[in-house]
Parts: sequence; structure tokens; C-alpha cells
Amino acid sequence: MSQAPSTTAPLLEIDSVGKAYGGTPVLHALSLSLHAGEVLALTGENGAGKSTLSKLICGLERPTQGRLRLAGQAYAPATRQEAERLGVRMVMQELGLVSTLTVAENLFLGRMPSRAGWLRRGVLRAAARQQLAKIGLDDIDPATPVSRLGIGQQQMVEIARNLQDDTRVLVLDEPTAMLTPRETSRLFEQIARLTARGVAIVYVSHRLEELRRIADRVAVLRDGRLVDLRAMAGLSEADLVQRMVGRSVSELEHRPRRRAGAVLLRAEGLGRGTVVQDVRLEVRAGEVFGIAGLVGSGRTELLRLLFGADRADSGTLVLNDDAGEVQRRIPRGFASPVQAIAAGIGLVAEDRKSQGLLLSQSIRINATLSDLAAVSRGGWLRSAHEHTLVRGFIERLRVRCRGSEQPVGQLSGGNQQKVVFARWLHRSTRVLLLDEPTRGVDVGARADLYAELDQMACDGRGLLMVSSDLRELMAMADRIGVMSAGRLVAVFERGEWTESLLLSAAFSKSSEPGKAVATESPAS
Amino acid sequence: MNTYVTSQAAAAPVWRTQLGTFIGLAAVLVGMVALFSWLSEYFWSRETFVTIANEIPALAVMAVGMTFVLIIAGIDLSVGSVMALSAATSAAAILQWHWSVPAAAVLALATGLLCGAVTGAVSVAWRLPSFIVSLGMLEAVRGSAYLVTDSRTQYVGDAISWLAAPVLDGVSSAFVLAVLIVIVAQLVLSRTVFGRSMVGIGTNEEAMRLAGVDPRPIRIAVFALIGLLAGLAGLMQSARLEAADPNAGTGVELQVIAAVVIGGTSLMGGRGSVITTAFGVLIIAVLEAGLAQVGASEPSKRIITGAVIVAAVIVDTLRQRRGAA
Repeated sequence: MSQAPSTTAPLLEIDSVGKAYGGTPVLHALSLSLHAGEVLALTGENGAGKSTLSKLICGLERPTQGRLRLAGQAYAPATRQEAERLGVRMVMQELGLVSTLTVAENLFLGRMPSRAGWLRRGVLRAAARQQLAKIGLDDIDPATPVSRLGIGQQQMVEIARNLQDDTRVLVLDEPTAMLTPRETSRLFEQIARLTARGVAIVYVSHRLEELRRIADRVAVLRDGRLVDLRAMAGLSEADLVQRMVGRSVSELEHRPRRRAGAVLLRAEGLGRGTVVQDVRLEVRAGEVFGIAGLVGSGRTELLRLLFGADRADSGTLVLNDDAGEVQRRIPRGFASPVQAIAAGIGLVAEDRKSQGLLLSQSIRINATLSDLAAVSRGGWLRSAHEHTLVRGFIERLRVRCRGSEQPVGQLSGGNQQKVVFARWLHRSTRVLLLDEPTRGVDVGARADLYAELDQMACDGRGLLMVSSDLRELMAMADRIGVMSAGRLVAVFERGEWTESLLLSAAFSKSSEPGKAVATESPAS
Repeated sequence: MNTYVTSQAAAAPVWRTQLGTFIGLAAVLVGMVALFSWLSEYFWSRETFVTIANEIPALAVMAVGMTFVLIIAGIDLSVGSVMALSAATSAAAILQWHWSVPAAAVLALATGLLCGAVTGAVSVAWRLPSFIVSLGMLEAVRGSAYLVTDSRTQYVGDAISWLAAPVLDGVSSAFVLAVLIVIVAQLVLSRTVFGRSMVGIGTNEEAMRLAGVDPRPIRIAVFALIGLLAGLAGLMQSARLEAADPNAGTGVELQVIAAVVIGGTSLMGGRGSVITTAFGVLIIAVLEAGLAQVGASEPSKRIITGAVIVAAVIVDTLRQRRGAA
């Protein structure tokens, strides 16, 4: 993808740079150099120090030891603005867009073309259009308010904002987390164009298959130290995973199907407008039912219908007892999550920060939220009992924390997700709905979550799991249903599926429900 | 097997920040008392403290309710009006309808409860910000108070003055009641499912809903509770003044909110404590009494009070930010 980097002088030198917060080191004297025109992948578990290193490079944080050099000059930006003036930019995981302003206004935030304080709207719009065209976003009208764009498009706008001509170093922090495969391909094309111009890219990602596609070299961080730095070529994913966690993650892909029990929950033609249409599926005790599909295919919305977070406008939900006999038929599904939970259904929501957790509250408070009656008597909390329970969850799920009173906002993504899991262990659920349970979770914690899901299935729970990671679904699920345009278009049994079969079903625009389609090779 | 709990040292950060707030406020209070005692030879006396103790119960019980309201990320601007209406209905019950005093007292409390429940129910049913609903209630309830009293102060006499009667050393029973309410409310906040639910709703309402806690009845209950406490405040006021004034409590909502915020409760919801609110109430009361004793003019009193409110919140915010890092 680029010339051998060792022949040229490095563009950015990181010389034994370290960072400590209040005496706790998060980055230990790390040295690394970055060359013009290369893509350096930065990978490692959550909490390994990737974000901290990125922030030091971009002036969002200042190192507590060591120094940085940019093109041979001392480089110590005090602010992000100063770093940007020197051509060092960062696309953050959290979007920095102002949702009420238009795309054009966001692209030129802080440097809008003006004359005597009056906005030059024509100039702004033309410049915005040009900027968007650079990354193939011709289909977005610069006058659209950002709030009307999908999350993937917002991410692309954020990237477009940072693709300035004077950019020398561009740090991308998990840029594809919200992107569709097509948008990802566009982004990669743009990255190739930038490197050809001599821009150095630092690409932070968990997605190992992406790193293989675009990175020249990969730097692996673990516990704030650089544990490996090598050329990407010839490196296998298994090698990478092992370097990241320092231990090998067991391969679950070829395990036999679990023995499924009685049907616990059945959807009969459940639908809501055009987002979810006529979905028929059943979840059995002791199985993992996977749901694949593109972003926007109605997967999340389906889970919300099953959980009563939204109300279906057609169809029936059938709830069975443990013998599989019909216990209740609920037209249009549950009216509220309270009812769903009372019936033994739990939801691990897609966005754990906004829909799952009380970030400023402790692990203890978050874990027992699903069943406060179990830790109280007559409305009064039984504090000692609650502490004991929560300590048990922390041990069982291997939550890395300073104790049960630590606010969950301070935990890494994987450990936050473990706290959400604890909540549904605390309340014994018969059916657990999981929406992207491993998003933003590092490889090590992911293995813990998989083990826990497996344990839950073995205990006789029925699991319904939505995931964009096909390999994860193929490893975990006993059956996989594929959603496309609001419909469940195919259901595969373990052993029947292949990656290309699943993908082609996901890309199908079939209007015939319940039928596996398309044998041609997938679009991406 | 405790490998995942890496350190026990920081095991109680939430509790510790509350303790910090507590100590900080106590220090401010002691400092203020010392300052005023130094500035005025009359300040350090039994009379001063008894006066303060007898003036604060109404403010204190409303501040308890407001603490709960702010914790669920709401606000109630109607407390002053509700207080006046409750006092007015009890006065009308005694003077015009010749009810017994206990029945009139129950009516006052019920009036407050109803007003609060209406605020809560309207804001829940139509998903309106409680700021707007309670702003409407502030006007409407004040109007009702004028209707009930015929826009005139109603002299109740000493019929319900038992609430203001000195029980120990000149301190009224209302003060004792307020102290009890503060203690019980703190226990409810920190030790009950209801309290836990309030904190959760103020932190992330959607997460609570998806965890199976219906926020709506809790919201309504919290507003009903502050209404009830405003009703009680109305009784305390008319017992002390032996009259129900339809203009009573005008602007008191801001004083109540100030006390709660000085106590470190967040306007954004999810964080707060009743005990520290009590300190906020004491700080406001001592400031007012102290400034009066040193002979500060009304305008300068208000300027100083305003500065103290903002300064207290600045200090609290800085401390919170440092604690979060």
C-alpha cells in the first residue's frame, strides 16, 4: 500500500512518552515512529492505552513524560486547536457534530466563510459540497441538518470535516464502528488517497479483518505498553489476538449444536409499520438464536417489539411455560418493558451508555436495578445482602474494577457490558434479548462474555442475539435468522450456513418472507 | 479469588464525595457564624439561634421536597403558591366552615398533595418539562389562594399556634418536626427502593425504563410529596403568624432551590442529599439573620446572598470535577 517506511525520516516520533493520571500510569514510556504515507494500526484491548496515546498525539492530553517530534521539530501541542494548526487531526469515536446545524455548517465549524461577520452562505455551500465529494458523499445535501442523517452518515461527515488539505497526521479512532460495508469501502479508498499524498494515518481499531485490509504496520498495546510492532503482511488474526490478550482465545466455531429444549417465546407475524414486518420466530430454551442483517434492517426494532419497549401494531406474542405449553397469548406484544420483565424477558440494549447504564452510579446500583425487590424488604434496601450479591457477580463475570462502589462510567466498555449482564443474572430471566452485546468490547472481555452467554444457554435460558459480526454469530448461535428490510428473510440451522449465504440473504431485497434466497456471491 | 477487585482503597467514592460536601458545608456554616459573631456583639446569643430555628422549618421542609424533585431531574416552581393556598384553605375551613383544627390541618395537607400530584401527573401524561407545568401552577394556585381568602389576610388567631408553640428552650415544635422530616427523608433517599429509583430516574430515565422500573408513578409521587410538604409549610407559616396571607411565599421557590443547590444537589438530576440540603437551609438562614444583625441594607443583603449562592455552586462543581478525574 505504500513504500517501505524505513527509508525515509519519520514524520512523527514518539519518544518514551508516558501518561499518568493522579499517579496511576496508563501509558509507560512508549516509543514509536510514524512515517509519511503509511497506515499504522493501533490495536489492543480496551484500556490498553490506545485512546490515551491518540489523545496525546492530537493535543487533547499532555504527556507526563517523554517528548514528541513532528517532522524533526519539537511538538508539544497544548490544545487540539494547536495540533490541528500543525496538521495533526483526529476523528473521535464520540461524534463532535452539532446536530441542529447543517452538514455544511458542521464541516466549517469555527472557520465559516464570512464577511464583516455575515455568513457567506453560497461560498459555504460550495466548499461543503467539494469537501463531501472528496469522500464520495455526493448524495448528501450540505443544507441537511445533521440530526436528520443516519449515524453512519454522521460518522462520514465527521471524517470529511477532518480531511483538510493541510492534514499531515490523521488519527482515526474506531472509524468504522457505525459504518455499513459500503461506507467502509469508501472510507478505505479515501485513506488510500491520503496516504498516496503522504499523509500518515494512525488507525485505531478492534476489527482485525479491517486492519489486514488497510494497515502497513501494526502496533499492539497491552496494559499501557507497546508489546509488538511489526509489518501487517503475513500476520494472521490468531497471531494478533494472542498478542493483544497474551493468551489464546478458544475457538468456538466448530462446536456442535446445543440441545434446545421447549419453545419459550414465539412471535407470530409481529410487525410495526414498515420497520418490522410479519416476523415469525421462536426462541427455545437452551439455544442461542442469532439475528444477522444490515444496520437498518429492523433488527434492533424487532428486539424492542419483543421487549415491549415499542408496541407492535400487528401480530401476536406467545409465551410458553417450561413444558412448551401455551401460557399466554399477547396480541401486539407487551405494552411496556415492565410487563416483559415480569414475564421473564430481559434486554441488553444496543447502546449501553444511553439505554443500559446509569453511568455516574456504582456497579452495585447498576447491577441490582432489574430486581430491587430481591434486595429489599418492605421497600427498605438490604444493604449487606446487596453487597454480597454484587461481589458474587463481579467474581463470576470477572469485572475489572476497584470495587462494587466504583461508578460504571469509569469502567472500560467490556466491563460495563459485564455489569449489564450482571443485571440479567440478578433477575432470573427465561429469555434474554441481546443487541450487539460485544460492540466496543475488547477481545479479552469478549471471551468472558461469550463464556457467560454459553453458560446462560446451558442453564436453559433462551438467547436471542443480534450482531453485525458474522463470525461471532457463527461461533455462538445454534440458529441464525437473517433480517432484510424489516423482514426475517431466512433462518439457517447450525451447519447449514456459510458466510456468503448469510450475507446474500442480508443483501436480498426479497419481499417473500421466510424464504432463503440468493445463491450468488455477496455484494461486498 | 479477589483478583478482579484491584484495590479496596477507593471502594466508596460516591459516599466519600458526599462526606466531602458535608464537611465543606459544615465548615462554611461555622465560618459564617464565627464571622457574624465577630462583626456583631449580639449575634452569638440564644435569641439569635432560637429565632433562626423558628424561622427555617417551612423553608426546610420544602427544601426536602425540592431535593427529591431535583434528584429526578425535575423542578417545582409552584411551592410558594401551594404553601399560600394550603394555609388559605385551612384558614377558610376554620373561620368560614367552622371545621375542627385537625380536620383543617388535614385539608391543608391534602390541598398541597393534590396540587403536587396535578403538577406531576400533567407533566408525566403529556411529557412536559416540570418547569413549564409548575410555572403554570405557580400562577393558577396563587390565583386560587386569592379566591379562597378573598384577597385578604385571614386572621386565624391561636387556633393552630400549637405548631409554633415552644417545646424546648423556645424552639418550636415545627422545628423538631422539620428535623425529623430531614432525617426520615435522608433514610428514604439512601435506604429505600423508592430512593434508589429516584436517583436512577434522574441519572438515566430510559435505562430505568428498560431495566423494568416504570418512572411515571415515581415522578408523580415525588411531585405529590413536595406538594404535601409545601402544604405542611403553609400550616407552619400560619401557625407562626396566626394568619393566612394570600401573598405568603411569593418568590420563596427561588430561596428553596437556592438552599438545595448550595447543599450540592445537582440541577441535572441523579445526585443529591437531604442532609446537605439542611445545611443549605441553615446557611441561607444564618446569612439572612447575620446580615440583618450587622445592619446590612436590604439591597446589599440581596447582593451578598446572590454571590454566596453562585460561589457555593462554583466550589461544589470544581470539587465534583476533580473527583471525577
